[in-house]
Amino acid sequence: MSQIETFYDVMRRQGITRRSFLKYCSLTASALGLGPAFVPKIAHAMETKPRTPVIWVNGLECTCCSESFIRGSHPLAKDVVLSMISLDYSHTLMAAAGHAAEAALEDTIEKYKGNYILAVEGNPPLNEDGMYCIVGGKPFVEQLRHAAKDAKAVISWGACASYGCVQAAKPNPTQATPVHKVITDKPIIKVPGCPPIAEVMTGVITYMLTFDRLPELDRQGRPAMFYGQRIHDKCYRRPHFDAGQFVEQWDDENARKGYCLYKVGCKGPTTYNACSTVRWNEGTSFPIQSGHGCIGCSEDGFWDQGSFYDRVTDLTQFGVEANADQVGMAAAGVVGGGVALHAAVSALKAAQKKSQDTVSQSEEV
Amino acid sequence: MSAPTTDAPFLTEPDADAADLASATRQTSVYVYEAPLRIWHWVNAAAILVLCLTGYLIGSPPPTMIIDEATHQFVFGYIRFAHFAAGWVLVVGFLGRIYWAIFGNHHARQLFYLPIFNGRWWKEVWFEIKWYLFLERAPKKYVGHNPLAQLAMFFFITLGVSFMIVTGLALYSEGLGQDSTLYKMFGWVFTMVGGNSHVVHTIHHLGMWWIIIFMIIHIYVAIREDIMSRQSIVSTMISGHRTFKDDRPD
Ligand code: HEM
Ligand code: HEM
Ligand code: SF4
Ligand code: SF4
Repeated sequence: MSQIETFYDVMRRQGITRRSFLKYCSLTASALGLGPAFVPKIAHAMETKPRTPVIWVNGLECTCCSESFIRGSHPLAKDVVLSMISLDYSHTLMAAAGHAAEAALEDTIEKYKGNYILAVEGNPPLNEDGMYCIVGGKPFVEQLRHAAKDAKAVISWGACASYGCVQAAKPNPTQATPVHKVITDKPIIKVPGCPPIAEVMTGVITYMLTFDRLPELDRQGRPAMFYGQRIHDKCYRRPHFDAGQFVEQWDDENARKGYCLYKVGCKGPTTYNACSTVRWNEGTSFPIQSGHGCIGCSEDGFWDQGSFYDRVTDLTQFGVEANADQVGMAAAGVVGGGVALHAAVSALKAAQKKSQDTVSQSEEV
Repeated sequence: MSAPTTDAPFLTEPDADAADLASATRQTSVYVYEAPLRIWHWVNAAAILVLCLTGYLIGSPPPTMIIDEATHQFVFGYIRFAHFAAGWVLVVGFLGRIYWAIFGNHHARQLFYLPIFNGRWWKEVWFEIKWYLFLERAPKKYVGHNPLAQLAMFFFITLGVSFMIVTGLALYSEGLGQDSTLYKMFGWVFTMVGGNSHVVHTIHHLGMWWIIIFMIIHIYVAIREDIMSRQSIVSTMISGHRTFKDDRPD
């Protein structure tokens, strides 16, 4: 019976009315940027397709992805998506615990072989055979490999699963490794951020459940509909950027006026995410709106890009912590000094040669 | 022909042909840099100057100016615009320079290859190094670039400017958007550095200093050689003609 259970069945069982269901379908269509024509298509898919189960595993992480996820701004979407996924396996959200939970995992894998989606929060540390993260008595990397083997697709939640995040920052003692470097034979969708925005998470998962395929991805494997533009491209402080009106120091007059945060290290110009359009906490605000620069949390290795508060950030490759201008100026200074010295010696030599030439000439005469 | 060929005047090899040689030993001038190359040189130099100035300011913007409401003020916008405009001049100029390397005279090809399999050429590089270390009393004559200059031009300009163009166009394509043709052409640059565009900013920025170091050396050496070498230098890049100060053969 469970084989033919549809999304619609599940929702109804969770007490969601048909009216709410249809509302949910139109909400999903607009969240994904699809036209009204897609509403009946989504509804039809959900009424007829067998439910796709989601297994949600947690490695080295801080649970901020789960925290973000359960704060989806549209209660409807949140309820629906939660009711669809919390049934299967998720440490944080499921009712079962301990052996019962692990049994539920095995059950789901067995029953839906090749049909479930594996959502990964956090990443596996590979050093010391993975002993830095133990789940159910075994290294997390083993659970990850095991659960990924029969998955249809993998979602990497957050910067941890996508890139490694803080636990993979240099020098990365536990050798925390992003999911795509461990699981190489499955389609993987990265949903980075620290955490990712709730609406982005529910949007991605709904898309995959209803359309049964991955959304269009960018070069790095992130869904293009949410990660296709930079924070900077849609930032409401952009006019101050173009004008050249910057916050020079925290707490200066310009900060009060809400000028651009570029000079105090805003990474908006190099960060692809939806914060400046979707915003956070039910669309209330986002970091730049509350006066702090973007720290680039949805970009690879954002912890290793120098200070969050510098525009031209420090490099460590030259043995000392210095930024590109300091390195370049030092090199140019050495070269300039060399040139000056060389010019001086050249002048001396030329004078010397000249006097020698005159001497030898006078001797010849 | 008892004299070993390796000691023959360098003028014969690899950049001077018989006509150049005949002309040079008679102390007349050789037409080296044709007009398109000279125009490119100065346009390129101007573009690079603008790119360095505005590029530095893009990394460290000038102090906030409050001239007008943000909507009517475009100070940083103009700085970036000047950078992008000069960037395109550099790009188009460089493509034109490649065209000229193919269709111009043989001196125009020197910028794009190094005769690394020519032992003779390496000897001349070594000679030039010694000349710059004050270990040789008299410099040699060269019709085109001297071999050391050719080596430096290749690493600083051919490779250096190519690097700035590729990273610059990648950054520029981000502004056009990920669905732009330019992004499709240069998006791989981001993949090469691991995906984070901030890294591309950083290496593009470091590249600027690579070019600045070239400029310091290049301008110094051009003026120094003009005074101390046995041929014209600066005027050659203006008129195209190389003249020689004496008529000893090498
Ligand atoms: C010799 C050549 C060049 C030099 C010295 C140069 C220098 C610089 C510097 C120092 C920066 C600031 C980097 C940072 O810290 O963010 C920059 C940014 C940039 N450059 Fe260049 N550049 C050169 C060529 C080009 C070219 C050919 C293009 C292509 C049109 C280009 C496009 C850009 C873009 C789009 C940015 C980023 C602007 C922004 O983020 O607002 N550059 N350049
Ligand atoms: C940003 C500044 C500059 C750049 C990037 C630059 C670049 C170059 C390049 C690439 C060449 C080789 C030409 C070729 O083979 O196609 C060259 C040659 C030359 N440049 Fe510049 N240049 C700059 C500024 C100057 C200045 C200011 C002077 C004059 C003082 C100058 C004088 C010369 C001369 C005389 C040559 C010919 C060298 C020779 O005769 O072998 N350059 N330059
Ligand atoms: S605050 Fe940041 S994202 Fe906004 S315009 Fe300034 S640099 Fe760009
Ligand atoms: S504004 Fe930047 S750092 Fe902040 S959450 Fe968005 S992407 Fe992450």
